[in-house]
Amino acid sequence: MPVIEVDNLSKIFGKRSKEALSLLDEGLSKDEILKKTGCTVGVNRAKFQVEAGEVFVIMGLSGSGKSTLVRLLNRLINPTAGDVYVHDDNLSTMNKEELRRVRREKMSMVFQKFGLFPFRTVLENTVFGMEVQGMDKEEREKKATEALELVGLGSFIHQYPSQLSGGMQQRVGLARALANDPEILLMDEAFSALDPLIRKDMQDELMDLQEKMQKTIIFITHDLDEALRIGDRIALMKDGSIVQIGTPEEILMNPANDYVEKFVEDVDRSKVLTAENIMLRPETVDFDKHGPRVALERMREQGLSSIYVIDRTRQLKGYVNANDVLEARNNQITSLKEIIRDDMPTVEKETPIQEIFDVIHDSPVPVAVTEEGKLRGIIIKGTLIAALANVNGNGVEDNA
Amino acid sequence: MLDFIPSLPIASWVDDAVKWVTNTFEFFFDPVKDNFGWLLDISAEYLSMIPPVIVILLVAVLAFFMSGKKLGLAVFSIIGLLFIENQELWSELMYTFTLVLYSSLLAVVIGIPVGILMSKSNTAESIIRPILDFMQTMPAFVYLIPAVAFFGIGMVPGVFASFIFATPPVVRFTNLGIRQVSTELVEASDAFGATGQQKLFKVELPMAKPTIMAGVNQTIMLSLSMVVIASMIGASGLGRDVLSALQRAEAGAGFVAGFAIVILAIIIDRLTQNFNKSNQ
Repeated sequence: MPVIEVDNLSKIFGKRSKEALSLLDEGLSKDEILKKTGCTVGVNRAKFQVEAGEVFVIMGLSGSGKSTLVRLLNRLINPTAGDVYVHDDNLSTMNKEELRRVRREKMSMVFQKFGLFPFRTVLENTVFGMEVQGMDKEEREKKATEALELVGLGSFIHQYPSQLSGGMQQRVGLARALANDPEILLMDEAFSALDPLIRKDMQDELMDLQEKMQKTIIFITHDLDEALRIGDRIALMKDGSIVQIGTPEEILMNPANDYVEKFVEDVDRSKVLTAENIMLRPETVDFDKHGPRVALERMREQGLSSIYVIDRTRQLKGYVNANDVLEARNNQITSLKEIIRDDMPTVEKETPIQEIFDVIHDSPVPVAVTEEGKLRGIIIKGTLIAALANVNGNGVEDNA
Repeated sequence: MLDFIPSLPIASWVDDAVKWVTNTFEFFFDPVKDNFGWLLDISAEYLSMIPPVIVILLVAVLAFFMSGKKLGLAVFSIIGLLFIENQELWSELMYTFTLVLYSSLLAVVIGIPVGILMSKSNTAESIIRPILDFMQTMPAFVYLIPAVAFFGIGMVPGVFASFIFATPPVVRFTNLGIRQVSTELVEASDAFGATGQQKLFKVELPMAKPTIMAGVNQTIMLSLSMVVIASMIGASGLGRDVLSALQRAEAGAGFVAGFAIVILAIIIDRLTQNFNKSNQ
């Protein structure tokens, strides 16, 4: 028994949508319909079912209709034709009152740019869904606090969104969506606005939460890596149509047509083969603030033999190694500037990984990944090799 | 070449229309004229009865706290208002203030709901927008004539004329402010099942508030700019002094009264701007 069932769902933007719809049934393409009627086909007869507790990823490039499709599911956009069933209720035929009840009780949404209200605190944002339902203040704040603790923001409840980082803001968005314990979670490119390292953290965290909560999640993304990481099943969209639905394995192994094949190849190659995608979070010290003692402490904590040095604008200045630091401390030297070394290997974040091999093999320290001179991440031999193994494991040709 | 079209008697049609409205709605205009006129007079009288020293101190304290405990505006208010008192224009100042107060209040109370309506409906916007253009660009003197026909002479037609001239900004800014609320926030409020009213009061108005307050500020400034014109139809206040100085070619007296208007304008402008800031 599916939780969501979508049948023949279409959305056509433009004045002559009825006419365009019949042309669509005759099998005309998106371009032909645009030429004939001036209407844009947003979603073309989509059909799928989502089971309870499933993470269903809808993936496509921009303009493929994925954001329109997710908005048809809670009728932020009204469909031109077709049906959306949540259990046995047909959303397409509901009146405003019934629709509002479904939105309040059954499904909630997480937005790409977070959709937080800037004039409300984190707690006030999180209670919003329950506030509009008329739940009493004490109860809604209790539930909201629980949800915020769940996403690790328990101590930030009285801050305003602008005081938080992007990752934290999206946690608030997630907490707001979870607070009322809805059955269905719609996530529209929820992690796309975050930088790569934070994005991975958030994906992991979502998976951890999902293990506990077993929600039915519809997740929209344009990022194949993300889709492969979190999706139980993936639907690939092109020009408003769903071209293939399958498990990550099926999509990679048996692309349904040339489009999927190309998509999988292109995205995979470009994603896997740059430094940005395999870099790790760097441990750093700031030589404007920190001296040998802090450096030593950090290295001990993380079990490192060297550590990268930056200034307060994150510009990469070099690295120091443990022996030098120890010596400096014993000689009462207080600034790292005197012992800093700058013979580390450095690559830009767009550097393809085969080029990283040339610099990493005889380097004593991890490769620094920079963007305009700023340290963004590090790469160690292990991750580089693992990344390559992954490319081969995915059945994609290794041209590195 | 166009002689075959006879000159259309638009002017006499408008005359007839104004006459008809005046006669037909006499039952409405007359009580408004009497009661509202009484309210305006009594308000100005009471304000004039408060000793200037107390008013000056109150304004200074208000200015001090509203501008984030800075002295600049408070000091300016004290010096400016003392100057007006010194020039024996105090009771005129109170009449002008009353005129501005009531016409701005009226403009805001009517303008904000109209702006909300305009933001919610494209049809309403396409109807209201040209009316606003008309209200703002038609020379103010032109609607003084029907104002006098409806309300006689005095403060009431002055408020009416100021209201016509000063309402458009608050309507426009309210409309703009609500339409500028980002789609994602509107979607978020819809997606969590907010009703139209909840969306308006919990999301759109708070988001639009800085823009609306900028509109309110503009409205107050415009109604202040109408005081001289309103004095032509008998509204009391500083405008009347400017007008009589003009008629008698007394440059000095005109300058003094005009300067008093400038002082009032600066104080009100800075106070309302700070009100906007302190609430963000």
